[in-house]
Amino acid sequence: MAKAHVYKRDHINTDEIIPARYLNTDNVAELASHCMEDLDTGFIKKCRPGDCIIAGDDFGCGSSREHAVWALQGAKVGAVIANNFARIFYRNCINCGFYPIELDGATEKINDGDEIEIDYKKGVIKNKTQKKEISFKPLPDFAIEIINDGGLLEHIKKGTAD
Amino acid sequence: MSMTITEKILAAAAGKNKVEPGDLIDAKIDCIMCHDVTTPAAISMLKEKGIDKVFDNEKIVVTPDHFQPAKDIKSAELHKRLDSWAREKKIKNYYPLGKAGVCHALLPEQGHIRPGEVIIGGDSHTCTYGAFAAFSTGIGSTDLAAAIATGTLWFRIPASIKFVLNGKLSKGVYSKDVILAVIAKIGTDGALYKSMEFVGPTLKEMSMEARMTITNMAIEAGAKNGIIGFDDITKKYLDEHLKDKKAYKVYESDKDAKYEQVIEIDCSKLEPIVALPSLPSGGKPISQCAGMKMDQSYIGSCTNGRIEDLRIAAAIMKGEKVSIRTIIVPATPEIWKQAMDEGLFDIFYAAGCVISAPTCGACLGGFMGILAAGEKCVSTTNRNFVGRMGSPKSEVYLASPATAAASAVEGKLTDCRGYL
Repeated sequence: MAKAHVYKRDHINTDEIIPARYLNTDNVAELASHCMEDLDTGFIKKCRPGDCIIAGDDFGCGSSREHAVWALQGAKVGAVIANNFARIFYRNCINCGFYPIELDGATEKINDGDEIEIDYKKGVIKNKTQKKEISFKPLPDFAIEIINDGGLLEHIKKGTAD
Repeated sequence: MSMTITEKILAAAAGKNKVEPGDLIDAKIDCIMCHDVTTPAAISMLKEKGIDKVFDNEKIVVTPDHFQPAKDIKSAELHKRLDSWAREKKIKNYYPLGKAGVCHALLPEQGHIRPGEVIIGGDSHTCTYGAFAAFSTGIGSTDLAAAIATGTLWFRIPASIKFVLNGKLSKGVYSKDVILAVIAKIGTDGALYKSMEFVGPTLKEMSMEARMTITNMAIEAGAKNGIIGFDDITKKYLDEHLKDKKAYKVYESDKDAKYEQVIEIDCSKLEPIVALPSLPSGGKPISQCAGMKMDQSYIGSCTNGRIEDLRIAAAIMKGEKVSIRTIIVPATPEIWKQAMDEGLFDIFYAAGCVISAPTCGACLGGFMGILAAGEKCVSTTNRNFVGRMGSPKSEVYLASPATAAASAVEGKLTDCRGYL
C-alpha cells in the first residue's frame, strides 16, 4: 500500500527535487539518494516503494533537468499528485513513463500518511485511510500511449518498426 | 484566420496553414542546443535504445557550459561523453573549451539563431532565443534524444499572453528590472504552458542583449516560450552575427490575433527591482529593500553575462572598491576578449573583483562562487530558489548588473541610481 507524503507547498522546484550540485552525474541510484534533499532531508529515508508525493500548484518548476524525474523514479516514488505541474517537468514525466497526476485541491483531499491506491486506467485514487474515492483528470490519450510504450523513445522505436 | 507569431511559426514547422491553442502538432526542428548536463544522458539513451543517429549534424550546436572547465571528476566524465559524441557524429557546430560559452549567450553571438525557426535545447532558458522572433523552448533529455534522432518533436500550441511595454525606462532601470516586474505581477506560474509575447515602444529602445534578458526569464513565469517581433534592431544584430546569409522568414502577429490576456506595463514608472528569496516573483522596488547586507555579488549568466551587462557594471565600479566578494563571469570567450580589450577587466581588477572563465558556474550552484549557510548573494542570474547557489540556508537576490555592481561596492542592496 502506498503512503502519501504531503507537502503543503506551491512551486516545489527542480532545485529542491534534485539540487544542481548533484547534476554532475546521470546515475539514477545516486540521484535518488538526494531526492527532495533541499526540501526534506528525511524524505529518502521515509519513502517506501510506491509511495506518492502530494503537493500544491506548479510542481517541478524551474530547470529542464530530467534528473528530477529520474531521482523520483530512482527513489521508487509511485506518482506525484499535485494541483498542477510546470510544463517541462510534466512533459519529462510522460517521456520517462512516470505519472504526473493533476488533482485540484490535492493537499486538502489527501493527508500526510494516508494510505492510497491509484487506478491509473479509471482515473481514481482510493484513499483507504479516509475511506473515499477521488477521481482525477486522466492524462491525454497520446500521453498514456507514450507511458504504455515505456516512454518516448520506445514509442518512437515502435513507430519506426510499424 | 488570424494568428500570433508563435502560432504562425509552429504552423509552418508542422506544414499547416492554421493552428490554434490546444492543437497537437509534430514540428520540424531547425536548431538543437546541446550542453554538458542534459545531453550526455540523451546520447546514452539513444545508444541504449539502438537509435544512435543524428538527424542533421549541421543543425545541432554543442557547447559544454554548466560545469566547464570541468569542476570535478564526474563533470569531466560528462564532458568526455559529450566530446566523443560530438566528434563521432561530426557535429559541425561544436564549441569545446576555449570556444565554449554559456549556451544562450553563445548561440546568438555565433549566429545560430534565425527568425522564424523552431529551436529547442536541453535547458529551460532556451526560451532566450525568442528575442529573435523565433520559437524556442527548453526540453528534457528524452525529448532531446528524440529530436536529435528524428528532427521533429510534438508540441501543443500554447495560448498567448501579450505584454505591452510602454514608456521610456528611467536612468538606472534596465530590461532585467522590467522582466522582474512582469514576473512579480503575474507570478512564477502566471504564464504556465503559455506563450509570452512582448511588444511595445519600450522594446524599441532596447538592444538585442537587453531583449534577451527579457525572453530568457519567460520560463520563470512558467511560459513555454517568450517572443519579441522582428525589427531594425533585430536585423542589425543578425547582419553582424549570422554566418549563413541565406534568407530567413519573418513572421508577425496579425493585428486581430487572439490573446488570452493583454497586460500593459508602464515601464516609465519602474524603479530598479530586486527579487527577494526564494522565488523569481519576489520582486520589490529597491526603495523597499535597500540596505540589506550582502556577502557576495555575482555578475554573469545567460540572463546578464553579456558585454552590455559588463559595461554597465564596470561604469559603476570605475574608481570604486567592492566591499564584498564579487565575481564577474563573461558569458562567452568573445565577450571575455571584448571586455578585456575595452579595459573593463582593469576596472574590475582595481575594484577588487575576480574574473572567471565563461561558465554557468555558481548561477546554479555548480562551482566558482558557492554560498555557505547564512550567506546572501545579490546576483544577475535568473533563479533564487532555496539552495540555488549553494547551501539550502543561503539566499539569492536577483537584480540587474547595475544593482549588483552598486551593491557590491556598498556591501548591501543599493540603489544604482546613486552611481550614475
